[in-house]
Amino acid sequence: MKPVGRFPRAMLAAGLVFLYVPIASLIVYSFNNSRLVTVWDAAHSPTLKWYAALLSDDQILRAAWLSIRIALTAATAASVLGTLAGVALARLGAFRGRALLAGLVPAPIVMPEVITGLALLLLFIALEEAIGWPRGTGAVTIALAHITFCMAYVAVVVQSRLAGFDGSLEEAAMDLGARPATVFRRITLPLIAPAIAAGWLLSFTLSWDDLVITQFVAGPGSSTLPMVIFSKVRLGVSPDVNALATLLVLAVATGIAAAAMLLRYRDRRRMRDMQLAAADE
Amino acid sequence: MTEPCVRIERVTKQFGEFTAVDDVSLEVRRGEIFCLLGGSGSGKTTLLRLLAGFEQPTAGRIYIDGQDMSEVPPYARPVNMMFQSYALFPHMTVERNVAFGLEQERLPRREIRRRVDEMLELVKMTPFAARKPHQLSGGQRQRVALARALVKRPLLLLLDEPLAALDRKLREHTQFELLSIQERLGVTFVVVTHDQEEAMTLASRMGVMSQGRIVQVGTPAEIYETPASRLVAEFIGNVNLFEGRVSGARSGTLSIACAELGEVQVSTATSAEAAWGEAAPGATIWIAIRPEKIELGPLEEASPDAGDGARGTPPPSQPPNQVRGIVREVGYRGDVSVYLVQIPSGRLVRVTRPNAGEGEPRFARDEAVTLAWRRSSPVLLTR
Amino acid sequence: MTPFAHRTGRRLIAGLPTAWLIALFVVPFLIVLKLSFSEMRLAVPPYAPLIEWRHGWPVPILHFSSYAFLFADPLYVRSYLYSLKVAAVSTAICLAVGYPMAYAIARSSAVSRTALLTLVMLPFWTSFLLRVYAWIGLLQNDGLVNHVLLALGLVHRPVRLLQTDFSVYIGIVYAYLPFMILPLYANLEKHDRELLEAAADLGARPVSRFLRITLPLSLPGIAAGALLVFIPAVGEYIVPSLLGRTDQIMIGRVLSDEFFENRDWPVASAVAILMLLLLVVPIILLQRLERRAMEARS
Repeated sequence: MKPVGRFPRAMLAAGLVFLYVPIASLIVYSFNNSRLVTVWDAAHSPTLKWYAALLSDDQILRAAWLSIRIALTAATAASVLGTLAGVALARLGAFRGRALLAGLVPAPIVMPEVITGLALLLLFIALEEAIGWPRGTGAVTIALAHITFCMAYVAVVVQSRLAGFDGSLEEAAMDLGARPATVFRRITLPLIAPAIAAGWLLSFTLSWDDLVITQFVAGPGSSTLPMVIFSKVRLGVSPDVNALATLLVLAVATGIAAAAMLLRYRDRRRMRDMQLAAADE
Repeated sequence: MTEPCVRIERVTKQFGEFTAVDDVSLEVRRGEIFCLLGGSGSGKTTLLRLLAGFEQPTAGRIYIDGQDMSEVPPYARPVNMMFQSYALFPHMTVERNVAFGLEQERLPRREIRRRVDEMLELVKMTPFAARKPHQLSGGQRQRVALARALVKRPLLLLLDEPLAALDRKLREHTQFELLSIQERLGVTFVVVTHDQEEAMTLASRMGVMSQGRIVQVGTPAEIYETPASRLVAEFIGNVNLFEGRVSGARSGTLSIACAELGEVQVSTATSAEAAWGEAAPGATIWIAIRPEKIELGPLEEASPDAGDGARGTPPPSQPPNQVRGIVREVGYRGDVSVYLVQIPSGRLVRVTRPNAGEGEPRFARDEAVTLAWRRSSPVLLTR
Repeated sequence: MTPFAHRTGRRLIAGLPTAWLIALFVVPFLIVLKLSFSEMRLAVPPYAPLIEWRHGWPVPILHFSSYAFLFADPLYVRSYLYSLKVAAVSTAICLAVGYPMAYAIARSSAVSRTALLTLVMLPFWTSFLLRVYAWIGLLQNDGLVNHVLLALGLVHRPVRLLQTDFSVYIGIVYAYLPFMILPLYANLEKHDRELLEAAADLGARPVSRFLRITLPLSLPGIAAGALLVFIPAVGEYIVPSLLGRTDQIMIGRVLSDEFFENRDWPVASAVAILMLLLLVVPIILLQRLERRAMEARS
């Protein structure tokens, strides 16, 4: 029996082309000398001038730096909160308020971003009026907003991972005399570490790329990278943005390649170990 | 009298509407291997978890070594458990796994190392000390799980289906290993299993559980030879059950009129006392005969009104403790032969005969035979 | 199974995230709700007082003018309907494209599968904004697509591709394709091959096998993928802003414009509440699907 039909395979190929042609075009045109991004200036291309322009653009650099700092903060805080939520939902059994947490956690993921952004801004304004903090919108309000929706993703990832294996490992640890805190520290945490790491990376990506919510809760003084990019490209194509995109794709591709190689190495070692064990018996 | 190792006093455990353990009382003596035998849903695993401390009873108390275990968490009990899935910590080596429990006791490092080495030696896992669980085979993992549980020298060791994951040969081997280790260390074992063979081999005493209740407690021999009810009789091993009515009692013998078997005379010396006590004439009673206790012989000369094995009741001329039949199935098992013999009532009776001589099995399909049993063989049951 | 955590430990572990989400998700939402019942004022903040005090009790003041306004002006109703239409069409196209891809990946060898999934997910890890931006260059009058069309002689003048419904569909499908493929793949991957072999053995042809076995079994995956695309697509802001029509805008932009340009916060809030009401049913469906999937796993 044929494993895969011809139609799905063809669609897969076409789909992958569809996914990558725009990215490729971004990269190619970042080396185009012409400002009209899609008109290839054969005489003077390829050129690195847009990269130079990018790296000397203060506005972009400042925005990038702000975005990175916010993303680092948001990802870390979201990882902590999300892990707590994931552990609570997967391991604490039925506790009072479980239904509430279980309902709240996926909500930021499903809620349309414009609504979340509006709501958070209104909150910050009402807070400022009531207790005088936060004083105006800025990096702090952006970070708070990002933490809120990022933690939901981390919670889902961690809960999913924990649900995948039963609690017998933690029970065994308790049976052997470990108190709950020790169990969490020496058994649960190491086991969900990969999930937390994945959640952290996801949060970082979501945070630094976020536009809609950030636009609501950012103040006049703070512009994140997506905000700067958006205001540029509303007016049309802009080749330094292409350069930025290319650098980003490069970074992501390198990261993914490194992760893939690491996983392959680990899997191969595991296979070898298991064969070793089977040979003994 | 020495305090029993475990005293379970009228313990009930409910999960919402569902009663998993229903008013169970039990005692486990020091140094014995006690098996809880039951099918899925019988409550045996829940009872084990109650002992370990992973659940708290809805009602009743549990005493371990005389101490009330209410509200005592698992990490404070003198109990250790060997999990069905072994639950070895995947990110630790064999050595660290076994040492984990001792580390929780804050013992000095040298002491920990000494005891870990000692235990690994006992379960023959010393060369694998540096390996991680995924580098071990199933049987090896089990030994590590055992070592990890025993290294703390607990008063009580709980084993959850210890042999379920092993293949047949390994199971037998491990059974005897477990017995020998238990004897060496003198730890009290409570084993939960659904496998009767396992229970009968390991247990010094066992309890049969069904639907949250204990239906019988006793040694394997007691439970096998004198089951307390039809349920237990059918649960353990194979049995042929017949219904009858008490027709008379003479000194030492009870006569029962059984529609399917004719007259059955049972020696009261070996039957359950309760049955004897309720055996008023006319009372309904059940006869349980184990397959290995039925003898097979060639059919005697047919009497004129005998019929030829067609459906119906045995002829009135049939002597007691005997019935004729036709062999319908023969299964050769190497050490024994299993026969399914159809008696006049249409029922298939299971008979097991050892293959001691040559040319076994002795009887072939469609052969007419006589089934016979001694007075001491049947067990009488009233429920 | 429950680790016997201390009472206080439990409260902390569950309490912290719950408190955060209540403070930064539920409360803001309630503010939006209340604000939608307020009226715009020339003030800071630009809305009428939300609460008045009667006999010492706070009583919310309800104005329905914002909602009335939304229903009165056909612009808004049209915008809602347009958003639903765009989201529905985009979801359908996404499903049509994503299903065969997920199917092909699920049927590939174990080694290829990881590589293919990585390839599909890699764009997701770059930037949503930049990926949508890429289509500006491709679809504009002197963009790549028109170049190709002209070069192939299929058209004689550049076709207007940007700022149309078509460009919005492409943008949404492109951006959300991974969200469609992943749940579909997760479902398809679990299908038992033997079911199909049994069907073949009983005489069913490939198309019949697909329609009567694979398709029904993949319905939960289809539902999950479709909802994961449809729900955010309704409120999409970036794609219509960069690629969308100027004469008919989607509801996400309506909200943003009402808030930032018109400075009419109550109407913006009312837009938000109505958007949520539209999405309540799909959101609940999705929650139920996810809960079932989570239970199945544990």
